[in-house]
This record gives sequence, C-alpha cells and structure tokens, in this order.
Amino acid sequence: MQRTKFILGGLLILAAVVYLIASSTQASAEYFMTVDEVKAEGAAVVGQSLRLSGAVVGDTVQYDPQTLTLTFEIAHVTGDNNEIEAQGGLALVLFEAVNDPSRERITVIYVGPKPDLLRSEAQAIVTGKLGEDGIFYAEELLLKCPTRYEEAVPEQASEN
Amino acid sequence: MLAEFGYGVLLVSFVVTVYSGIAAFYGVRSKSSALVESARRAQLLTFPLITISSITLIYLLVNNHFEVSFVYEVTSRSMPTYLKVTAWWGGQAGSLVFWSWLLAVFTSAVTLRKWDRDAEFLPWVIVISSITLTFFLGMIVVFENPFTRFWLSNGEVVPSMFRPSANATIFTPNDGQGLNPLLRHPGMIIHPPMLYLGFVAYVIPYAFAMAALITGRTDDRWTRITRRWSLWAWLFLSLGLVLGGRWAYDVLGWGGYWGWDPVEIAAFMPWLTGTALLHSVMIQEKRGMLKHWNMILVILTYSLVIFGTFLTRSGVLSSVHSFANSPIGPFFMGFVTLTLVSSVALLIWRWPELKGETEMKSMLSREALFLLNNLLFMSILVVCFWGVIYPLISELATGQKVTVGPPYYERATGPLFAGLLFLMAIAPLSAWGHSTVQTLGRAIWKSALAALVVTGVLFATYTQNIYAVVGFFLVALVLFATAHEFWRGARARQKAQGENIFAALGRLMGRNRRRYGGYIIHISMALMAIGILGIEIFQTETQGTVASGEKIAIGDYVVEYRELASWDSPGEGVNYTRAVVDIYENGIYLGQLYPRIDFYYDSQQNMTIPGQRSTFRDDLYILLVDWQPVSSIGATFKIYVNPLVNWMWIGSITFLFGLIYAAWPDRDPADAPARRKVTAGNRQTSAAD
Repeated sequence: MQRTKFILGGLLILAAVVYLIASSTQASAEYFMTVDEVKAEGAAVVGQSLRLSGAVVGDTVQYDPQTLTLTFEIAHVTGDNNEIEAQGGLALVLFEAVNDPSRERITVIYVGPKPDLLRSEAQAIVTGKLGEDGIFYAEELLLKCPTRYEEAVPEQASEN
Repeated sequence: MLAEFGYGVLLVSFVVTVYSGIAAFYGVRSKSSALVESARRAQLLTFPLITISSITLIYLLVNNHFEVSFVYEVTSRSMPTYLKVTAWWGGQAGSLVFWSWLLAVFTSAVTLRKWDRDAEFLPWVIVISSITLTFFLGMIVVFENPFTRFWLSNGEVVPSMFRPSANATIFTPNDGQGLNPLLRHPGMIIHPPMLYLGFVAYVIPYAFAMAALITGRTDDRWTRITRRWSLWAWLFLSLGLVLGGRWAYDVLGWGGYWGWDPVEIAAFMPWLTGTALLHSVMIQEKRGMLKHWNMILVILTYSLVIFGTFLTRSGVLSSVHSFANSPIGPFFMGFVTLTLVSSVALLIWRWPELKGETEMKSMLSREALFLLNNLLFMSILVVCFWGVIYPLISELATGQKVTVGPPYYERATGPLFAGLLFLMAIAPLSAWGHSTVQTLGRAIWKSALAALVVTGVLFATYTQNIYAVVGFFLVALVLFATAHEFWRGARARQKAQGENIFAALGRLMGRNRRRYGGYIIHISMALMAIGILGIEIFQTETQGTVASGEKIAIGDYVVEYRELASWDSPGEGVNYTRAVVDIYENGIYLGQLYPRIDFYYDSQQNMTIPGQRSTFRDDLYILLVDWQPVSSIGATFKIYVNPLVNWMWIGSITFLFGLIYAAWPDRDPADAPARRKVTAGNRQTSAAD
C-alpha cells in the first residue's frame, strides 16, 4: 500500500519534470544555422528563432551611440567543430572568412551597448530573427575571441 | 634550464603517482603492509614534487620568461606581479598543474590522518586518488606541458619541449600576450581556484565511497569520514559559483550575474548532486536508508567534476568561457566514461549488501521529504544536462542543430526551485519515521499565517506579479518557519535547563552545528531567492545620449551627466575614460557615480566598468557606452535598476557564515559513536536528533 503510494508519487513527479522539460524546450528552441544555410533557406526561416554564428567583418562595424544601434556583417564559417579543427583552428578559419570576399555575408543589427569583445575576426553568435529585408535582427549577441590567432607562435620580427 | 627542471620534476611526480597506485594495489592483494606503507609514502611525496614544479612555473611567470610558451600566452610585462602569479591558473596547461597540485594537497592530507580504525580503506583510497592524479599528470606531461619553449629552427619558430633540431636555438619574444583584461578582476582571480578547490575536494569522498564498495565495508563509515570533506568541497564550489556571478555583474556589463552559459552549468551540475548528497547522507546516518542512492550521488558528483573541468577547459561548447581548443577532449571523455562505468559496475556488484535497514513508511516523514528534495535536485540536474546536450541530440536525431537559451532554463527550473523552497520550509518540521498532515500543519500554521500577511502587504504595496507573489510567499515561509525552529529549540532548552533564552540558543546551536548551520544556509538561500526574484522579474533599463548638464530619468532616479575625462596610464598600458554623473532620487541629491571604460593597449580591448549604487531596495547600475570628446552631444549611458539584487550578496555572505559554522571542527566526527541500528522501539524524533 505504502509502496504503491511512493511509486505513484514518484511517477507523478517524473511526468511533471518530463512535461516541464519538453514544453520548455519547445518554447525556447533556437535553430543553429550558418550564414550559408540562412541564405539558402531565405524566406522560409523569416520570423523563426535562430542562432547564427559567423566571423565579424571589422570594416563593416558601425555604431550609432544616439540610438545604440550596432550594425555589422558576419561572414560564413562552418558550424562543424571538427571541420574547424581540420582547417587549422578557429582563429585561422575566422581570419580566412573575413578576408575571403566570395564568402556569403549577412548584415546584423543589434540594439544595445557595443560589446567590449566586438572586433574584426571575432566569432559572433547572434540570437534573434531574420527580417523580411534579409537583415538579421539580433536580440542577443555573444562574442568569442580565440586568444590564439596566428600569434600562438610569436613572430620572429619581435625578437630584436 | 629551469623549464627542463620543472618538466623533469613533473615527470618524476607522474612516475611516483603511478608507482603509488600500483604499490597500493599489489600491497592489498598480497596483504603486504610494507608495500601499502610504501605506497602511502609515495603518495605523500607527490605533494612536495608538484609544489616544486609549480614554484618553478610561477618563477618563470613572474620573471618574464617569454621563451616558455605558456608564460608568453598568459602574461605580459605590464602586468603586476600578483597577476603574474595568478596566471598560474589563467591558462589551460597551468590550470591543470594547479588542479593536480590541489589534488596532491588533499590526498596527502588524507593519507596523514589516523587510519587505525579504517586501515582496510587506506590502500584503496590511495589507488583511486592515484588513478585520478595519474590521469591529470599524464594529460600535462603528454599534451599540455606548461614548460614548452619556443625554438628558432631553420628560420621558423616552433614550440617544443626539447631542441627540435640540432641547430635550433631558444627564441624569446619581447613581450607576452598578457591575460585577457576581462579576467584581471579580483573576483576572477579567486573564482577559478575556489571552483577548483571544490572540484578537487570531491575526489576524496568519491575515493572513500569506492574503497567502501571494494572492501565491502558498506556501513555508513565512509560517509562519516568524508562528511567534512563534502562540506568543505561544497563550500568552495558554492563560493566559486557566487564569485563568478559577482565577477559577471561587476565586469561583463550586462546587468546580470548568471547567463545559463554551458560552462556555468558545467560548474553548477556537480553543485546540484553535491547538495543532494549533503542531504541524503543524513538519511543514511540516521535511518540506514538510501545507501545505493548515496553511492550513485557520489559517483555522479565525481564524474560531473571531471566533466566540468573538461568543459571549462575545452572548446566543445559554444560559450563565452571557452577559449581553448585542445587535443585533451577525447581523453577526458574517455576517462569520465571509464570511471563512470567501473564505479557503477562496483555498485551493482555490492548492490545486495547496501540494502536499507528500514523501510520508508510515511509520505510526510523527514526521510520521505529528504527523498523528495533529492528528486528535485536531480530534476534540475536533468534539466541542465538536457539543455547542454540538446544541440548534440537534435543534430543526431534530425540533422538540424537546435539549441535552447536562458528562457528554457528559467522556465523549466523555476517550479523546481519553488518546490525546493517549499521543502526548505516544511522538511525541518517533520519527524523522522512518521509525520501526518495534522502534525505538520500544527507545526507550520503560525509561520504560514505570518508569511501570508507579509505577502498580502507586498501584494498591496509592491507587486501584483503572480510569480513574484508566489516567490515572496515561499521566501517568507522559509524565513518564518526556520526562525520558528530556532525559537522552538531555544524555548525547549530554556524550560528544561533553566537557562536564559540567549544562552539556551547559543548552547543549542553549539551542540547541533550541522543542523543549525544548515538552517542558517536555508535562510541564506531564501535571501538569495529575494535577489533572484528582484533582478529576474523587476529589472528595468533605459539608455540615452546626453550633453553635459542633461538628465536621464529611470524610475525614481534621475541621472545627470556632469563631465568626462580620458587619460593614459602608460605604466599599466591602459587608457581610462571616466564619466562623472550626479544621482538624484525623487529630487534628492544622493552623490556621484563614475562609470568608466578601460582600454587595454596590449590586447586592444575595452573593459566597461559600471558605476554602481547599491541599497537594500535596489541597485542603480550605470554603464558608459560611448562618448564624443569634442561635441555637444556628450556621452551615451545605459542604465539599469536592479531591484533587490543586493540580497543575492547578503545571502551569499550569510551562506558562508552558515557553512563555516556547520563545518567548523569541534571534535573529530569519526570519533562520535557510530549510529546504532534503528529498531522499531528506538525511533528518533526531530526534537531529539
């Protein structure tokens, strides 16, 4: 009798937790995409919650402090960590993405303070929605600067 | 020379550790106490060895030996000496050395204790901790050697430990890259070592648990020996988490302290299992139940500790914390899997012997509520784990990588945290063995009534937000119920002993440190909950660009921009830009704040330091976003009002106090009489334990 009660109670809690997880996952799922994928999907993903990662193109960064509007372009980098490793590491991949004019790029608009880590060849992870105009409106902007660029091995010139 | 020396000592300590593990194993198999003793001494030797190696590394760091690649990566000439010392754990290779050093400290301390009553545990504790230390030292020696140097070989600079070619010469860069300025903050300097202390200290309870499984001594001896270890480990882990939050609040400039970042979660997960363990070992000690469960918890905690170290130190997850991508990832995963599988195998082997001594009888008994508490902690763990691995799962299942953000965690954990608060209020009032709705109701109705009154007042004057109202009710319930417990205990003692009420309270708490320390921690959790509710539900923000003399209003506050100055500090390699703003509240002048931006020349990076004014009611948090030196437009500010967030930090300090109170050594807990088997006629009640 007691045992059944405990088992029932446990099952109820389990069901509640599963429901919590499932519904919360559904409510806040963000699709990971690369710039290429967004360009390919186009109108199909307008209005969906997306999480997009790419290399910040330094020359395109504009900031209007009046409205706190930050505009910049990100260039396509692959979303596959193994591929990044195979191509020589994140820093190199980002460097090549920015300096390759044939790469797909997408314009990102973010309203808020300009993050300290925003600079050319940083990896931007933006969360938000693609607008009808093809501009990505970011609600959240996360930046990752690989500390190791090519400088992991210092340049010889610095010796003297 | 020094680099070779440091590396050589590391190699020796690796060999010594391997020897100690093997000697202990064969010592116990062949019943040779001499061999076990030799293993114990070898174990003791690892501490001075790794210390020497670490001192060598610190010497190199402090004295600008940039020919060592680790020194080049984490220090620069302009850094003050104390930062160069702390760079020890600022980079991957160094932090692994730091980890190993801490483990050597702890295992040495353990092997020095009196073993006469638990001699059978000793060799196995040495085996388990040696395996762990061997793994970490192995990673360092083979993959992440902090003593690797730069060599000029055939016109190229290559990092290598030893001369890569016959004509190669050592190459010394002029200056190092320096520590990321965001990490040059007091909170960030203490945060990693605190987390690591917590992580590493959990190795000891795990080692004892495994020793208990292997030797078949499956009573609660292992939990009694490691009780303090678990408490201190928990203390450091908690402190590490809180300091990390404080660092984010002070430095990252987004007006928050916790972002549900995968790496934060990685440190949070062992905390969850560790907290569950702290509670459930009490059930084992008092009632002889949940023995399997405690084993599972300690195994999980250990695995999550290794997993967390791996996550913070590898680039597998997209996170603000992960900077390094390194070859050690697969080995870490392999090690976690191996320990998990073998520990679980041991547990299954001893499963029948760990059977509980009593049955759980009542749904509302203390042990049942503790079990529920454990279920809730496990549920939060599952929520976190699911969130972290969901991108991998979705990619495997559908080919589309889907991730979940902070809203997922907030939504899914919110009700679970609320449940924990509720348990915090009622569980201490329930009795071991048996409680009913009537007994519980009698114990709590006064507190519940008081909490309802407080909530009613808040509803009328402060907020009508339903989540906030429920949250504040639960917080009030915990505070009143816990305070009532102190009062009840003190009153009972006052009556029985004829002491005055304060002396009674003091003696009562002194005799039951774990219990009343625990209650203080419950109070601190409720206080922290106030801060979390405040910032999560009531945070407001505004922004604006103003000329000197103009104002920005937010809530009851008015911020008036006065002036701005920018200057170079050549010695530090930093440019400071500091704004001066006047603060008014409802027209009354409160003082000035100085939000600023520091620009670090060596890393070409900004650091935004907010101007903060903290009160019990709210924090005014002002960020300088941008400025125009020679125009009438002036400067741009982003301003947050974070209500009640200070209670977070007040709660943290209370927490620290409660934990130290609970963990403070009075007498060796191992000397306390072991729990007698609980029989039907010897039922303990909550007042008597």
